[in-house]
Amino acid sequence: MKRFALAGNPNCGKTTLFNNLTGSTAHVGNWPGVTVEKKDGVYKKLEENIAIIDLPGIYSLSPYTNEEVISRNYILDEKPDCVINIVDATNLERNLYLTTQLLEIDVPVVIAINMMDVLEKAGDTLDEKLLQEKLGVPVVKISALEESNLKELMEAAYNASKSPRQGHTIVYNKDLKHLIGDVTIAFKGKNVENPLFHAVKLVENDEIESKMHEDLLPMVEEFKKTFNDETFGDDIEAIIADERYNYISDNFSSAITRHVEEEESKVKETKSDRIDKVLTHKVWGLVIFAAILFLVFHLTFSENFLFLKQAFEANGVAPCFEGTIYEGLFWTDAGINSPGVILFNFFDMSFSAIIDAVNGAMVGALGDGHWLTGFICDGVLSGLFAILGFLPQILVLFLFFSIMEDTGYMARVAFILDRIFRKFGLSGRAFIPMIMGFGCSVPAMINTRTLADENEKISTIRVIPFFSCGAKLPILVAIAGGACEVFGFAHVDLITYLMYVFGVVVAIVAVLFLRHTTLKGDAAPFIMELPQYHWPQFKALMIHLWDKAKHFVKKAFTIILASTIVIWFLSNFGWNWQMVDSMQDSILASIGMFIQPLFTPLGFGSLLSPIGWVFAVAAITGLIAKENVIATFITLGAVAVSDPAIIEAIEADEEGITAVVQMINATGISWQGCIAFIAFNMLTIPCFAACATAKAELKKGTFKYTLLFWIITSYIGSCFVYVFLSCFDVNTLAWALPVTLGLIIAGVITVVGIRVYNKKKNVARA
Amino acid sequence: MLKRLDEFKIGETGLIKKVEGEGRLRRRLFDMGVTPGATVYLRKKAPLGDPLEVTIRGYELTLRKSEACLVVLEVKEDQ
Repeated sequence: MKRFALAGNPNCGKTTLFNNLTGSTAHVGNWPGVTVEKKDGVYKKLEENIAIIDLPGIYSLSPYTNEEVISRNYILDEKPDCVINIVDATNLERNLYLTTQLLEIDVPVVIAINMMDVLEKAGDTLDEKLLQEKLGVPVVKISALEESNLKELMEAAYNASKSPRQGHTIVYNKDLKHLIGDVTIAFKGKNVENPLFHAVKLVENDEIESKMHEDLLPMVEEFKKTFNDETFGDDIEAIIADERYNYISDNFSSAITRHVEEEESKVKETKSDRIDKVLTHKVWGLVIFAAILFLVFHLTFSENFLFLKQAFEANGVAPCFEGTIYEGLFWTDAGINSPGVILFNFFDMSFSAIIDAVNGAMVGALGDGHWLTGFICDGVLSGLFAILGFLPQILVLFLFFSIMEDTGYMARVAFILDRIFRKFGLSGRAFIPMIMGFGCSVPAMINTRTLADENEKISTIRVIPFFSCGAKLPILVAIAGGACEVFGFAHVDLITYLMYVFGVVVAIVAVLFLRHTTLKGDAAPFIMELPQYHWPQFKALMIHLWDKAKHFVKKAFTIILASTIVIWFLSNFGWNWQMVDSMQDSILASIGMFIQPLFTPLGFGSLLSPIGWVFAVAAITGLIAKENVIATFITLGAVAVSDPAIIEAIEADEEGITAVVQMINATGISWQGCIAFIAFNMLTIPCFAACATAKAELKKGTFKYTLLFWIITSYIGSCFVYVFLSCFDVNTLAWALPVTLGLIIAGVITVVGIRVYNKKKNVARA
Repeated sequence: MLKRLDEFKIGETGLIKKVEGEGRLRRRLFDMGVTPGATVYLRKKAPLGDPLEVTIRGYELTLRKSEACLVVLEVKEDQ
């Protein structure tokens, strides 16, 4: 099967083109050895099927991050039958820069001028014949978004792939041309493929090339001695970059006929400019960002949508869902539900109905109290549904972040926040994987590949789990919800919001610590395109969401289901492999009791009643997958109480709040302990999937330290939370205040110690 | 008048004369179109004064002051 590779700048519409060419045949995987996403698929509308490979979006073939290296090596080593170079019509100049490099490789190239619809809407025209003539390769005008001319593009590529193409360079400086010619001949003598490309890169002083072909370097060095350009001296790298751009502007500025004159259009504000003025405003930029972040979480999780309850009450209007079946779905006593919660409730109610039906059928067939009924209903179904139940909220959250990414707002967020992040030794770019961590740590960790600096990457990966992911949210909702109910506090979403902020604060402290101790270094350069704002694309969003949902459901049905069953078994069976009557006698209880004292400084250890070990057990099962924490509460909650009515209530509530309420009452944990427990789960080792990703993304040997880092941070962090919050209770103030002060002093001493040590070391080095 | 990009005021335009620095950083600047001969227009600064947003070669590029100080420009007075 012939293989066509898609190459182009980021934001040039490559993904859209790929989606529309390959449709349902797309396969998402990784490039071997690195974790940069590799997408391939099949195009079926030609006489033979064509494999389409989507290369990472790049600006150049010179190495900056892994992405340039991957694209370059794929074209050079895997030799696709044709390279389709996608060029954004609205920004020919920068896009064609990559083209001038691609043309130096001996591979058939076809140029797809994309976003013609945008160009034409502005009233501009583009002369593709002129481009074709100058570049010497076929040029096809397309619109990936409107799917126009895609067949023509593929036909052109198919025809081009039939005959080999000799690379050519646009470098026109006479002396340089000679040098490149000589080096090319030398490469040919060495039987190197793509001699011209390698020659140009060697002359450009390219990092990879200089290492690979050291023997030819003297040729270039010798030349430099005699070479002296008027403006650039012997700075060949600058000359070639300059020549590429000059060639482009000399030849192609005439290809576009603008509706409005260039000067005029500069003065005229585009829509994108107007949006930008508001979103990146000096003062309002940060405020708007905070507001957007709050709104996203409010729309996903709030049970008092837009605070309408207060508005209704102020006007004396009674809620109209009272007593109907819609109560609970759209409305609780807290207020009207946000869209995320409505979706959640819908699934929740359906799942309860299924459990009830299965339970009823099994009791009818097997009689009361059969172990199999307990296994299916309490073990398998309630555990599984507890996890699947919050998939809608994860997806809603994903949707919002994808929209922010796709519209171009995320890049602005990096722009706004860079100054703050640099203080911590990170670039604003590092913010994007971090904020993605709010959705799921796995894609967030993969996203760190865009960070050029290794130490910055490791630090970022280590703190990503602190940006509480979607799977940790049920812990927050259930524990905070349960605690609010028991201790009579009305604002669950306030606690939720504050816990998210807490995670961010810990991340900041941890990054500062890492960047000043084991992972030193200055912030990596921040040179980034700010793409034009544009509407997100429904189809691409859906494909993205579908991938996430698939991944999540798969996880739910494999590792999580298995561990749910294991927990059910461990909590229902004793060491004699017989079913136990009371969970006090179960295997799990003895494991929990054994490790329980470890959590005493965290507020959920020995100080609780005898069954306080459930917190210890839940924290441990959470290591397998965060969804398990609440699933454990539900499973154990159903075992812990004897009243069938309460058991039913626990099973009916997939959010786990009922189970948590039971647990709080049964263990006598304080509200400070509850919050500390949330903090522990937020900061500790993430789920297996995230661990596996981290291991793959990190340099060899650093993963074990990363694990250790997570354990220590979660222990210290949640201990501090417990002690600090205990200051707010008159009964515990007496011991909590001195301990809090002690911890703060210890922290200050550590900071001062690190500073003094670093200073001494710097002086010694100087 | 020669001036470095980090010393520019919002709304100023200049012609790049020289790009300093070395290695990857400089290469990256070239790849993003920051080469001698290109016209740069300083659009705005981030809320905290850094990084900068410039228009170059028909698109918007953001870079920090610490990278902008590598770019030496001839200020265009006609603005």
